[in-house]
Amino acid sequence: MKHTSATGAAAGSLKSYITGFILSVILTTVAFGAVMSEALSHGATVVTIFSAAVLQILVHLHYFLHLNSSSEARWNILAMIFTVLIMALFVGGSIWIMHNLNIRMM
Amino acid sequence: MTPAQTGAHADTAEVFEEHGTAGHQSFGFWLYLMSDLVLFSAIFATFAVLSKAYAGGPTGAELFDLSFVFIETMLLLLSSAACGMAILAMHAGNNGRVLQWLALTFLLGLGFIAMELHEFQQLIAEGHGPGRSAYLSAFFTLVGTHGLHVASGLVWMAVMMYQVKTKGLAVMVQARLMRLSMFWHFLDIVWVAVFSVVYLMGVL
Amino acid sequence: MFGKLSLSEIHYQDPIVMTAVVASMLLGLVILALITYYGKWSYLWKEWLTSVDHKRIGVMYILLALVLLLRGFSDAMMMRGQQAMAVAGAQGFLPPEHYNQIFTAHGTIMIIFVAMPFLSGLINIIVPPQIGARDVAFPYLNAVSLWLTMAGAMLAMVSLGIGEFSKAGWSGYAPLTQLQYSPGSGVDYWLWALQLSGLGSLLTAVNFIVTIFSMRCPGMKLMRMPIFTWNALCTVILILFSFPVLTVVLAMVTLDRYIGTHFFSNDMGGNMMMYANLFWIWGHPEVYIVVLPSFGIFSEVVATFSRKRLFGYTSMVWATAAITVLSFCVWVHHFFTMGAGPDVNFVFGLATMVIAIPTGVKIFNWLFTMYRGRIRFTTPMLWSMGFISTFAVGGMTGVLLAAPPADFVFHNSLFLVAHFHNVLIPGALFGYLAGYTYWFPKVFGFSLVESWGKGAFWCWLIGFYFAFIPLYVLGFMGMPRRMVFYDNPAWQIWLVIAALGTLLVAVGVLCHIIQLYVSIRRRHENRDLTGDAWEDGRTLEWATASPPPEYNFAAIPVVDDIDAFDEMKEKGTAYVRPEHYDDIHMPKNTASGLVNGVLCFFFGFAMVWHIWWLAMASLPAIVATIILRAADDDIFYTIPAAEVQKREDERYRQLAAAGVSLSGSTPATLPTDQEK
Repeated sequence: MKHTSATGAAAGSLKSYITGFILSVILTTVAFGAVMSEALSHGATVVTIFSAAVLQILVHLHYFLHLNSSSEARWNILAMIFTVLIMALFVGGSIWIMHNLNIRMM
Repeated sequence: MTPAQTGAHADTAEVFEEHGTAGHQSFGFWLYLMSDLVLFSAIFATFAVLSKAYAGGPTGAELFDLSFVFIETMLLLLSSAACGMAILAMHAGNNGRVLQWLALTFLLGLGFIAMELHEFQQLIAEGHGPGRSAYLSAFFTLVGTHGLHVASGLVWMAVMMYQVKTKGLAVMVQARLMRLSMFWHFLDIVWVAVFSVVYLMGVL
Repeated sequence: MFGKLSLSEIHYQDPIVMTAVVASMLLGLVILALITYYGKWSYLWKEWLTSVDHKRIGVMYILLALVLLLRGFSDAMMMRGQQAMAVAGAQGFLPPEHYNQIFTAHGTIMIIFVAMPFLSGLINIIVPPQIGARDVAFPYLNAVSLWLTMAGAMLAMVSLGIGEFSKAGWSGYAPLTQLQYSPGSGVDYWLWALQLSGLGSLLTAVNFIVTIFSMRCPGMKLMRMPIFTWNALCTVILILFSFPVLTVVLAMVTLDRYIGTHFFSNDMGGNMMMYANLFWIWGHPEVYIVVLPSFGIFSEVVATFSRKRLFGYTSMVWATAAITVLSFCVWVHHFFTMGAGPDVNFVFGLATMVIAIPTGVKIFNWLFTMYRGRIRFTTPMLWSMGFISTFAVGGMTGVLLAAPPADFVFHNSLFLVAHFHNVLIPGALFGYLAGYTYWFPKVFGFSLVESWGKGAFWCWLIGFYFAFIPLYVLGFMGMPRRMVFYDNPAWQIWLVIAALGTLLVAVGVLCHIIQLYVSIRRRHENRDLTGDAWEDGRTLEWATASPPPEYNFAAIPVVDDIDAFDEMKEKGTAYVRPEHYDDIHMPKNTASGLVNGVLCFFFGFAMVWHIWWLAMASLPAIVATIILRAADDDIFYTIPAAEVQKREDERYRQLAAAGVSLSGSTPATLPTDQEK
């Protein structure tokens, strides 16, 4: 049951928080487990860590922050997408540029 | 050009409803959170660039205790869930429950901070403080900035508990609680990135 | 007790510094004395210092900008004077220690304490009425932003008399800003001044994004907003996403200096190049932040004084959006020579050139607006025309620099200095001065005298060319930037010409000061009685009285087209009285923003001088101020409908007396526009 409250943000339900919590615990355990158990190859562990992180972030966004495709959330989602693009540009760009500089100049 | 401030009183809750203030505040806070994400991404970028700059000092693998970090993570995650419960109680109009869940959120968050302070203090005592190497500078700054945000959230939470007690669940108080919970969930999101990039990748 | 501060930090021996300090203090005392003599303290407190009215806040921002313009310009005159004489063994009148502070202060002040407050002020005053709103989304936050900016500016001003300013350039490169290479107070002043005012800008961005998205009047769809508002929106989006990076990089330099971290040190793993990377990730969007509002002003002014709708509204919006997005993608062009490979440099060089395309679209749109318009050569229009021609040259040299191989020759030469002044002065400053002149009657209720305004314009325009074209020549001749003295006598003549150009600009500045004085004296002759001060106003701010009441609009307008006010005048609905009035709720004044700013100043000052007890006292006081404000529920007041009616009745009386037909358009705006 989702509705927009008078306080201007979407609201959730008990089920939403519990589901989100359980999924988050699982994803956290998977990531930590992969590293601490040393069961996978280096590459596979990295993929596990990042996939689990991205999934968990999406879980938080959906189950805790109630981001959905409703019209109220539209500008929020747009702002978020733009932010993620900017973040990718800044982080990715910095890593590329600095790596390039490090190789040539250090 | 003289505004008559001796004018009649206006009921704040009424004005809020009339002007849609809560919605504006919510959107504005979301935008601030977006800017905070950019702030963290600049620190993450720096961490990435300096992630191998050990200067002969210790690496992540040598320093980090992943079980410790796992417990920290669970504390923060639980506090996020408790915060959600507080918001549900707020929607149900139950002041008492709101205060209880906020108190639990607070304690769990405080636990997180206590563990983090302990970790920092231990590292510094062993000579692995932020001045030891660029890597450690970046580590302390990234984890520390997140910790400062959490600590600020705790101060805010204490103020909110006081406001719930004294003003009840007035519309402005509810709007603030919504923003606090947005903040709190965001900090958990940032933490997911922190533990993944700093601790898990650091140990590999 | 006073940290590192001691009496020896006041430079008694330096005549230039002491003259400036004593003169400023005397001027300050005179102003305080005048306020006391005329009994205006209560007025000042109630109407300005505690105001949360966007119009008042905007005026205070612009006042700050104009005052700091005088200091930044004095720095320019000193640099030009020094370089004109310091050739082949001559030392000039500025020792390197002092000269380095001057070029640092010049850049820092012009960008951070002139351009930013000027654009914030104009956006503050004009955007809410342009969208038919009564105020911004967060009036208290608006006041907080203003006073944070003031706190930062005051730190920069205080550094003149107590201690020193940074000598590391406005861009503060590492490792020069590290404690071992800059042990004095200068870099710390720079860090805290920027950090405080940067926070103010970020909060302004949040405020205006919400205002523009959420508070437009009925019918004002996004694609019906005035172009100045569109540009303001793009500007604040740039601020929101770029300023956090400035916060981070400044904090890292601060940590390096205060607790010995190694972000940008040249040992222990520090990466000095990362400083440049982070700084310019902010720095490039910043230059578009200062330029976009001016582009918006030009769009308004050119349309108004061509008496024609802006050509290509839609393409103008898309071009501005494209510039906004692209400006996040070009930052490496500020350090092509730092050593990245051709692949990195190529990508960023290409992106930089691409930005010229939407900019070109805008220039063509302005020109096509003017084509077959009925042009009025008013002062704002002159600034716009001076901009179009001069900026085109600067933009072109930008495209030249965008080619990395060319940049390897020109980087950090006077060619670069000429380029960025060639885009910043027409592109930003001309726009602000046009906006100042254009909207002055709206804000103060009387117009500025045109003759002195035109004089100022011509002095600035001609002075600009004489001051900066020689710098292009010197760039080609190989002269680097920031030189306190030099050996090559062939350079001197160009520097002398540049100095003379600067003097002409100084005459222009003087013209503006005289203009203000004369206009205030003649204000009764030049009153704006209708609100449509130039009689050709097209956008909603001209529908309000001059000056507007605190609530801007008694009845929120309903629009259905671009150039809403012009459309209303056409249809005869511009001055129709509403059938009834409602109570209006406005935000109450508060001292909280001012108190916060003052505490932040003390915090910054304490941090600069390592006065730890003061820093530790002011920080919780700042938090307490915010919490106390949050606890206050009594933050609005009501203007009863009867009071609104009274005020509006008076306005309509004035309109009638001014000959405005209350059921149709004003006589002066007939005949109708040639084209839509």
